[in-house]
Amino acid sequence: MTKNERDEFSGIETTGHEWDGIKELDNPLPRWWLWTFYATVIFSVGYMIYYPSIPLIEGSTMGISGETTRSIVEKEIAAAHDAQAGMRARIETSSLAEIKATDELYRFAVAGGSSLFKVNCSQCHGSGAQGAPGYPNLNDDDWLWGGDLDSIYTTIKHGVRNVDDDDARFSLMPTFGDGVLEPKQIADVSQYVLKLAGKQADASAAESGKEVYTTNCASCHGENGEGIREFGGPKLADALWLYAGTGDQIAAQITKPKHGVMPPWGDRLGEVAVKELTIYVHSLGGGETTTASEPSDATPAQPSAEE
Amino acid sequence: MKFNSETFALITALFIAALLAFFGSLAGNDALFRAHALVLCLVLSGTLIYVLRIVKFEPAGASAPAPDTSGYMDGVVRYGVIATLFWGIAGFLVGVIIAAQLSWPELNIEPYLNFGRLRPVHTSAVIFAFGGNALIATSFYVVQRTCRARLFGGDLAWFVFWGYQLFIVMAATGYLLGVTQSREYAEPEWYVDLWLTIVWVAYLIVFLGTLVKRKEPHIYVANWFYLSFIVTVAMLHIVNNLAIPVSLVGAKSYSAFAGVQDALTQWWYGHNAVGFFLTAGFLGMMYYFVPKQAQRPIYSYRLSIVHFWSLIFLYIWAGPHHLHYTALPDWAQTLGMVFSIMLWMPSWGGMINGLMTLSGAWDKLRTDPVLRMMVLALAFYGMSTFEGPVMAIKSVNSLSHYTDWTIGHVHSGALGWNGMITFAAMYYLVPKLWNRERLYSLRLVNWHLWLATIGIVVYAAVMWVAGVTQGLMWREYDDQGFLVNSFIETVTAIHPEYVMRMCGGLLYLSGALVMVYNIYKTIRGEQREELPVGGTTQATIPAE
Repeated sequence: MTKNERDEFSGIETTGHEWDGIKELDNPLPRWWLWTFYATVIFSVGYMIYYPSIPLIEGSTMGISGETTRSIVEKEIAAAHDAQAGMRARIETSSLAEIKATDELYRFAVAGGSSLFKVNCSQCHGSGAQGAPGYPNLNDDDWLWGGDLDSIYTTIKHGVRNVDDDDARFSLMPTFGDGVLEPKQIADVSQYVLKLAGKQADASAAESGKEVYTTNCASCHGENGEGIREFGGPKLADALWLYAGTGDQIAAQITKPKHGVMPPWGDRLGEVAVKELTIYVHSLGGGETTTASEPSDATPAQPSAEE
Repeated sequence: MKFNSETFALITALFIAALLAFFGSLAGNDALFRAHALVLCLVLSGTLIYVLRIVKFEPAGASAPAPDTSGYMDGVVRYGVIATLFWGIAGFLVGVIIAAQLSWPELNIEPYLNFGRLRPVHTSAVIFAFGGNALIATSFYVVQRTCRARLFGGDLAWFVFWGYQLFIVMAATGYLLGVTQSREYAEPEWYVDLWLTIVWVAYLIVFLGTLVKRKEPHIYVANWFYLSFIVTVAMLHIVNNLAIPVSLVGAKSYSAFAGVQDALTQWWYGHNAVGFFLTAGFLGMMYYFVPKQAQRPIYSYRLSIVHFWSLIFLYIWAGPHHLHYTALPDWAQTLGMVFSIMLWMPSWGGMINGLMTLSGAWDKLRTDPVLRMMVLALAFYGMSTFEGPVMAIKSVNSLSHYTDWTIGHVHSGALGWNGMITFAAMYYLVPKLWNRERLYSLRLVNWHLWLATIGIVVYAAVMWVAGVTQGLMWREYDDQGFLVNSFIETVTAIHPEYVMRMCGGLLYLSGALVMVYNIYKTIRGEQREELPVGGTTQATIPAE
């Protein structure tokens, strides 16, 4: 074999090949490169001995650690459960009122409820419980189904208008646009509702809408729009609106009402979680103290001749 | 184009194919298939009309001189360069658009232009259309030079080129229509996959045939990498797309695999698309263009052999690291992780061989922005092939997986390595292919270099911050053992990073537009009057 050409700059021999002017030097493998490569191989062999790695006919070698990703996560979850077990047991056996009254339990329940809320409830009610059109704001004192501890607990446990739980909260507003009311009547009553809410309304339309309201709406929403919780009739005489806020939007809701659905969380999350969520939601600012869900304290009672 | 038996066969084939597509658009089993067949019919009819217009019908006997088959076949490479630039701009643009959609969801235009449909348009456009055309064009160029042989198979190379463009158009229009088999980086449905298989086999025949008829005694290292890329991609594509169509005139198919086997097949494919398409193929490009541009010999023949074989042996096993902490059995996760770690040095072998090839030519970096671009490409290659094995370590992966860290990692590799080495190869090729003395402007190359580099650095840095933020927020528990953040809070927390990422992409896109302008001027034969880069002495002439 003839001696190969030597590169002028480095003094290294070339391999004697040439392609389109490209030559190759005969440098050895860089030492550090080779040793680092060996090191990664040695590490890998060690790792494979320590952890499951070689597939067998059934299962695989388990490695001297005896650990799998599954066993590790099970251990971590069990440790997390153990750490909370004492508090969870106390919450399970305490009533909502007791939890609220015991400082330690209350703080634990609010923290747990807040965490559960982020995972399960924020998708509809918002991460700050601020709500969205069609999804109630839970920070205010306007409650569709009651804002005391027991009412909130029932709503969370059984849900609203779902088909999975026989005890779900249920109300259904008729489709008034479906031949029950004339478009004119709907427009008028919308103005009247605006007036009830304290908003600017067409005075004459509202006047003729009053009668329509009394005949068709008052039985659920109350004589003065104060709402009747046991029928699930929302309060209208305030500035808080679930679906609408303008005359047109109110008319649309009367013509073809939208109804929200909430799943029952009792079976899904369990008793402790529902209690924690109840305490958390109650703590957000609008929690009521009375156990009765009478709306009558909000508005002066007005006996009505029509009823 | 002369009217002869070959062009007659082409016209007939186009006519029959267009007719079949037309029938498909009428008799398809579902609306998506009919719509997609109509797209195909329009594309083929358009091509047919174009061919008929450029064919010269002359009386028999007045035969033109026999076509030149002596030299290299560079026409198809020239088309490949133009296609690379075209799809590059298209892909980068869609990337900027979907980055904006992530920042401002109102920009989603339902249903055809929402994020879910545009995202595969972006990934396929940059990987398969931009990267694929660059690989096909440069491999055709390199294999001819390093074998001293004209491409094998005559017009088969043209079939590969146009067939591949048809694949791209069918894939992209399918995504927009909603035709997808929902496998990442393998979204096209069965009929488009079959077409790509045919084109790819033709590509393999052209490449292998040229190697067989080479006039050099040895096969150059660039061609090992190109060949491993072509062969492995064929294997990956076929296995991952094994599926049973619901109907032969319907768009939907079902995978041959189920459950975790399906997931593993997908990520065996997905990871090796990175390994053999974006790594091995582009290393082939690097092994030709870096020594040519630096005018220096390859640093180490032995290193090229060892790192080639270790790279292709180890890469193929690393896919399971995409499925850490899933239903995949632990032993497969372990193997995926350790093969990824062992892959670190074999990957770096390419970077070392590339960078050390510059020893004796480092001074050229001052005056030659094209060489500078190649060095940057190798640097980004080194960074992302280090980051990859780190992210494959399970405990790191438990933080990084499903976060934007992965997106940042992919882009530092794709924009930095694949993009930069492709740009540099294009700058090298264009003056050669169009027989120009030099590029229109080296200073514009420098502009491109810096716009792209700043764009990548912004992109990778903010995605790293965003990814680590996400990962830490997802796993944050308070001292009582309760989860701290809701998912939406982890999204709003990284909104600023999302906006900055879009700006990084915009910089990268503007750099590419500068390149298109520069290359357009070069092809027109213009030369910009300018001071040389990196010094005022007229004597320093860029390496060419």
